[in-house]
Amino acid sequence: MKLTFSIQGSDFTHAGYPSSEVKKVLKQLDIDGKTIKKIVIALYEAEVNVVAHAWKGTATIEIEENKISMLLEDEGPGIPDIDLAMQAGYSTASKEVRDMGFGAGMGLPNMKKNSDELIIESEVGKGTKVKMVNYF
Amino acid sequence: MKVSDLVDELGLTVYSGAKGLDREITGGYVSDLLSDVMGNSREGQVWITLQVHQNVMAIASLKDLAAVVLVNNFQPHENTIRHSNDENIPVLGTCLPTFEITGKFYQLFKQ
Ligand SMILES: Nc1ncnc2c1ncn2[C@@H]1O[C@H](COP(=O)(O)OP(=O)(O)OP(=O)(O)O)[C@@H](O)[C@H]1O
Ligand SMILES: [Mg+2]
Repeated sequence: MKLTFSIQGSDFTHAGYPSSEVKKVLKQLDIDGKTIKKIVIALYEAEVNVVAHAWKGTATIEIEENKISMLLEDEGPGIPDIDLAMQAGYSTASKEVRDMGFGAGMGLPNMKKNSDELIIESEVGKGTKVKMVNYF
Repeated sequence: MKVSDLVDELGLTVYSGAKGLDREITGGYVSDLLSDVMGNSREGQVWITLQVHQNVMAIASLKDLAAVVLVNNFQPHENTIRHSNDENIPVLGTCLPTFEITGKFYQLFKQ
């Protein structure tokens, strides 16, 4: 099963919609509750990063027999130093975004912790690709 | 303890999501940083915060939280109220600051 969502930069009103749809599907498929929780955390953080840091993007979710693959591709500023960005507490979020309670620098660490595989590719000035896989 | 017990004992305002007042409480989580709550809150917890926008409800719903309590008389945004009613997760309010309402909740919950 394949689900595709488009994500608009700076549009926080729809942040969480893809995660919530995916959660519903996984529940219907009777996936273990703990596994669903991890997937939802990882996907939500990846989604919000596109909203908070990029211009626009897509989330492509593929659910198979034994795993879920989540691909988030955005057009945006890219990440110059991925190792640095992965560090807990590191954030370049704007004041506006921080005032909303985002920008703790915990999103990427949450994604790392809650996914079985995480691959980030980024090109400065172009965009970022985040791929996560979780096994059921 | 149910969310309705918390409302009664602490005199909380019910802004929305009243259908969820019989949700069972497993504990509490206090934070205004959304990815902290996303990563560390647990199902059935009551989330105490000063954030009032609708992403709070997105998180409460994704994490299956029991209720959200807004401190310091902060009012929820309209979208927050709508989402809370859709999900049946109550948004509650208090005039007390975070420290005081958390202390009272903790006392009550540990009894
Ligand atoms: N899709 C992206 N495009 C551009 N930069 C990104 C992207 N995702 C992450 N970053 C960069 O990595 C930093 C760390 O990301 P992380 O998700 O850990 O924290 P945050 O988004 O700043 O805050 P939080 O997730 O706690 O709300 C960001 O501040 C930003 O500089
Ligand atoms: Mg983030």
